[in-house]
Parts: sequence; C-alpha cells; structure tokens
Amino acid sequence: MDSKKELIVSAIKDGTVIDHIPARSLFKVLSILNLHNIDTPITIGCNLRSEKLGKKGIIKISEKFPDEHDLNKIALFAPQAKINIIRNYEVVEKKIVEVPDTIEGIVKCMNPKCITNHEQIRTFFYVIDKKNVSLKCKYCEKITTQENFEIIK
Amino acid sequence: MKGKDLISISDFKKEEYLQIINLAEYYYNNPEAYNDVLKGKIIATLFFEPSTRTRLSFESAVQRMGGRIIGFSDPSSSSVQKGESLKDTILTVAQYADLIVIRHPLEGSARWAAEVSPVPVINAGDGANQHPTQCLLDLFTIKQSQATLENLSITLVGDLKYGRTVHSLIQALSYFNPTFYLVSPEELKLPYEYKIFIEEKNIKYYESSDINEYLPVSDIVYVTRVQRERFSDPMEYEKVKNAYIIKADMLKNTKKNMKILHPLPRVNEISVDVDETDKAYYFQQALYGVFTRMAIISIILGLN
Repeated sequence: MDSKKELIVSAIKDGTVIDHIPARSLFKVLSILNLHNIDTPITIGCNLRSEKLGKKGIIKISEKFPDEHDLNKIALFAPQAKINIIRNYEVVEKKIVEVPDTIEGIVKCMNPKCITNHEQIRTFFYVIDKKNVSLKCKYCEKITTQENFEIIK
Repeated sequence: MKGKDLISISDFKKEEYLQIINLAEYYYNNPEAYNDVLKGKIIATLFFEPSTRTRLSFESAVQRMGGRIIGFSDPSSSSVQKGESLKDTILTVAQYADLIVIRHPLEGSARWAAEVSPVPVINAGDGANQHPTQCLLDLFTIKQSQATLENLSITLVGDLKYGRTVHSLIQALSYFNPTFYLVSPEELKLPYEYKIFIEEKNIKYYESSDINEYLPVSDIVYVTRVQRERFSDPMEYEKVKNAYIIKADMLKNTKKNMKILHPLPRVNEISVDVDETDKAYYFQQALYGVFTRMAIISIILGLN
C-alpha cells in the first residue's frame, strides 16, 4: 500500500526519505535541514493524502544521510515523522525522530521582550511538553508553543 | 550558594531560602556582625531602567556592610546609549567589581548577564519576569511578623494576574504549607497555570472578589496595586478601582497577629489611616529588604 503511494514521488536509489510530515510543516522541515544548499537531487511531495495526518508531505534526498542531530530537529515540526534510509532502492534502516530535552538555536523565542530577540544570543529552550512540543526559554522563562515557532535564518 | 548567581526564585531550594532568611535575621539582631563584611569589596549596581527604591535598598545594604558602590541609575548616562551590547557592558564592569546587581527592562537579561559574567550576578528585576530579592524579603518579613513561615493563612489582594511579586511569593511559600486566599477583580484573577501549581502541591486555596471576606482569617494580607493600564475596558477599571482599597475601619475583626504587606510604591490601595494601626507592616518590610539583601550579598560572596 505504502509503496504504491510513495510512487507518486519517484523512488530514489540511495539516500533518505522523510515521510509523515504534516503538510503545513513541510517547508519548515526543508528549511531546518538547510536543503536549499544541497546539490544532490531532492524530490518533494506536498499535500499527499494520509490516513493519519489528513494531508502529509514527503521529502526524498538522494545521496545524503542527515545525522542524528539534524533528524531530531525535524521532531520540532513533525514529531510523527518517519525516516527511511535507502540503499540500492531498498529500505535498510528505519528511524523515528525523537524530541530532545533541550533545543539550542533553531527557533526564536516568541516573547518580543526576551533578551534573545535584542542581542546576539543563541536561543536555548527546555522542552516541557514533548508531545505538543512546547519550549520554555532558558532566559525569559516564557513558553513558545509549536504554532508560534519561527525558524532562525 | 557561594559564587552562585541569584536570577530566578525557582533556582533555589527551601534550605537555601532559609539560609538567607536566617542570616538576615542574625544581621538584624547583631549590627556589630556585619560592619566590615564587605570591606575592600566593590559592588556594581547597573540599573538599565530606573527603580529608585530597589537601587537604594541594595546600596544601603552594601554601605551598611562597609562595601563600596559603582554603577548607574539610568542608562541614558551610560555607554548603552551609544549602542553597547549588554554582554560588553557586563564583561567590562566585571573587571571593576566583585559582584554585579542588574536591573533591566528586557526579560532574561539577568540570566544572560550571569552567563557571560565572571563575577556573581544578582537579578534586581528583569522586565515582567523575575525579582527574586523582593520575594526573599517578603519571606523574611513574613517570618519576622509571625515568628514562623509554616501553616499561615495568606491573603493576596489586587492584581494577581500580572503581579510578578505575587507569583514568586506563591512559588516560594508553597514549601511552607500555607492556605491562600485570593482576592482580585474578575479581569485580574490568578492565571490558570499558578492555580494548577497550587493544586499540584496540595495547597488549599479560596478565591473571592470581595476583599472583606477573608480579612478575619488572615495572618498576612499582601496587597498589590490594581493598575489602570491592565484593563482592556476602562469602564471595568472604573467599576473596581475603589473595591480593593484597605481602610482602617475594615480591620476591626482581624486576627491580633495579622499584618499588611505591600511591595511599594503604594498609591491608594492602602488608605493612609491604616498606617496608624499596628497592622501596617509595609515600611518595616522595606527595612527588612535591606537586611535580606545584605544576607544575599554576603552568602553569594562567601563572606557569611
């Protein structure tokens, strides 16, 4: 079943497939993984039908294998994402993303009066809710929720 | 706690609160014990926004212990005006002083200052976030007035929604089995997250919009100002603005040991006729603030 659906976006020989991304988070995931700076082929599917998510996105990156740290960043926007490592058209490894205990950089603190929005400071958050991905700023102690995530460029 | 910073009330444990309160009490009762504690030390007070009361309290604390002070009370007279970053200001001042006291309008600024500073930092208020020395002086004042912190009935009056001091006090008192009585206009009720906090700690609390209801059962009445700018509807403010004023004739049936506290400045929420009663304790509270800050500074510098 799944493989048929995935064929909507062409299969890759070697690389990484990130599936089950909520459609609205697709472009954030692309941005977070810095994929616009990659020179190998990338195929992207958007607004594909998904029983779990309603509409999902999928990203296939040829010849690249993001490390654990990068993959965990995905969890911020797509906690249910599934990652398949592909070698010679076969899935050789399946990974599940995991929301880390702390998040450094990546997103801005949503409090406009937070010092991190006024000086050159790398943001730092404690993850206080892994399911809904709520972050407590180490500095101003305010909570930034997933719908307010703004990626640091 | 030596060498540690004082940034947020939640960084500390009950034992650490008590260590500060006990030393404040010792200094209060033994003036000869602290004269030279800060001899040869320089304390910097960096006030990036004016707060005369807090600054004078810190400076009084330092002077009483024989220390010297450098700093500024208004950023317009400092290099901040020229666009210097907070990091650079802190790194520079840290070369001049043994400890930095910082007041800043931006939230999280004190935590950031502590991270970059090689000398200890005390937060004297970072925006609407934290003001831990206020909370500790409130605890010391309560202890002095009741001879204990345990099992007290604490009535919190006024702006319970935005009142930073109220939120810190609830956190700190939660270690001492209190009963909270919450009195505020509908618009300024205690936020949900703090009620959850109280419930999780199995602390009893009662809520009312009538100030008279809990006065007879209270050991402490902690009053904060209801500010006009907190109301989205000016009519709502007009309706409630006089409903949270404590007057002397309301204090007849109160407990003998009951004391009224206020973080100051007061505007009109405690009528001046209360000042003449033995319930008024807010100026005493200002004095205890000095001793609390003396205790904090000497513990952090390891001089106690």
